[in-house]
Amino acid sequence: MQTNRFDHLRKISIDIRRSVVRMHTRANSSHVGSALSCVDILVALFFEIMKSKQKCGNGDRFILSKGHAVSALYATLAKSGFYSERLLEEYCVDGGRLPGHAKANCVAGIEVSTGSLGHGLSIGLGMALAARHDKYDYRIFVLLSDGECDEGSIWEAALFASHHKLDNVVGIVDYNKLQAFGRTNEVLNLEPLADKWRAFGWSVKEIDGHDFGQILCTLESVPFAKDRPSVVIAHTIKGKGVSFMEDQLAWHYKSPNQSELQTALRELTWA
Amino acid sequence: MRGAFISTLIELAKSDEKIFLLTGDLGFSVSEGFRDEFPKRFLNAGVAEQNMIGVATGLALSGKIVFVYSIIPFVTMRCLEQLRNDICMHNMNVKIIGVGAGLHYGSAGPSHHAIEDIGVLRSMPDMVIVSPATAQDTYDAVEFAIEHQGPVYIRLGKSCDSVECPRQTDRSIQKAVLLEQGDDVTIISTGTILSVAEQVTEILKDNRVAVRLINMRTIKPIDAEAISKAATETKAIFTIEEHNVIGGLGSAVSEVLAELSCRVLFRRFALPDRFIEDVGDRKYLIEKSGLGADQIAEAVLAKLNNTAADRLIKEQVFEPMLQVTSGAKTNTPKWPNRDNKKKIH
Repeated sequence: MQTNRFDHLRKISIDIRRSVVRMHTRANSSHVGSALSCVDILVALFFEIMKSKQKCGNGDRFILSKGHAVSALYATLAKSGFYSERLLEEYCVDGGRLPGHAKANCVAGIEVSTGSLGHGLSIGLGMALAARHDKYDYRIFVLLSDGECDEGSIWEAALFASHHKLDNVVGIVDYNKLQAFGRTNEVLNLEPLADKWRAFGWSVKEIDGHDFGQILCTLESVPFAKDRPSVVIAHTIKGKGVSFMEDQLAWHYKSPNQSELQTALRELTWA
Repeated sequence: MRGAFISTLIELAKSDEKIFLLTGDLGFSVSEGFRDEFPKRFLNAGVAEQNMIGVATGLALSGKIVFVYSIIPFVTMRCLEQLRNDICMHNMNVKIIGVGAGLHYGSAGPSHHAIEDIGVLRSMPDMVIVSPATAQDTYDAVEFAIEHQGPVYIRLGKSCDSVECPRQTDRSIQKAVLLEQGDDVTIISTGTILSVAEQVTEILKDNRVAVRLINMRTIKPIDAEAISKAATETKAIFTIEEHNVIGGLGSAVSEVLAELSCRVLFRRFALPDRFIEDVGDRKYLIEKSGLGADQIAEAVLAKLNNTAADRLIKEQVFEPMLQVTSGAKTNTPKWPNRDNKKKIH
């Protein structure tokens, strides 16, 4: 049973990755590797974890704090029925409706503008305070990049969340270990990352961010501890799903040409 | 002035449960009243202004009206990108309360002086900038901020040293307030340094110069109509502000004037474009910067007294600010008999 359920999600992930590489090719835009890195997390959130609450007024909230990976979010929202997949053709093109970093209300399902790193978590905490004040039970999921954890504002937010016992907040770090100009441990070492979050008062779980079994099992169990914010450190691969993009810094910037697109699409199929 | 702010907020928060107050660990002996009355709507966010602004945004996205409070440099420039991306880009109902306009924290040194904030925030889309001079202005500003959908920056001093205005009948904070109706020259001021502008006005009146004194309570959007009227109905416009000469009230007024078809003598009295390293209290530093009432009045009269009005226009429009260092009560020259004045335009 479980295997079938995950196969369904894997198929959705493949479809979304196919959309993403097409979008980046058409738009000649950067960050395809960053987008592919977090597709499985987005699929788990939008097709399983947040699904039951999405439609009602006070459903779970999602903030893509790593706003540069927005092509993956656009494709996920389209796939889960927020709008037509034809809208994806408007990504990063003249006169289009979908900018290269998340912009609030550019389409249904995106409530917060991001793009500059280190903003989304604090905004999520404000939503979490409001939920508690108004006695709503929605959760706030915030997807962070690893490079983003260089920002001081992330650690201001980390202090604040645990101080105020915001256990309705879930941070997810897309830890693909490549940031804009190099490997995270060479640019500004984050390790020991889990210990840092723990020291700031969060309950932490580390998972393989491409394994649906682990992603779902972990996200279904939030909050990991009562009165504590939860953070998932998701070990991922930048460019996941396209062999020549995987773990390659260049795909933070490059966009696929037609030939690379065809190769990528051949790989992104359900075997 | 801080007292006027907090008592207004407490009064209005009684009838509006959406109002929250966040502070960046400042407001000792100011915000306790709000904290004690509305403990669930008060939050000390700690010395972490970037996060505070993000949190305010999240609350506002959830329908709250959020006031954030700190000393001006910390609640504007420390978290500038959060103001831009989180508050302004989302047009959020977050109201930034900055304390210590200009040199109110004079002796604390240049880290605490607030001389760039208007210039920085004026270029931010959707940001409304209000600069109260009095307790009444502060009340009006807070009331306006709650009604207005979107970000508002309220630039407070610490205390009010201006003569208290009566309650305006037209209390729209967005309209300039005419405090004197003269038609020789116009003085436009904003914030608590209005008290200096009032003294300058009195000195000029003693010298038979009829002054139109304007309290420009909102700097953005600025009341262009009041400026335009002053440019056509009076012969010179002087701005007095407690901000860098670049980017503040004088800049905003000059932008309006530059696009008018008429010409008018114009001069900005503001702080020089440098960090103020001198040690001293506000009054001392203001006078050291040439912004004492006597100094400004003297400079204004000297300008006016060169009176061949045509020459004034040729020589002095947009001339850099005069650095006045001498003491005040020199023999201030008299404005020539008003009947003999030449028309400037």
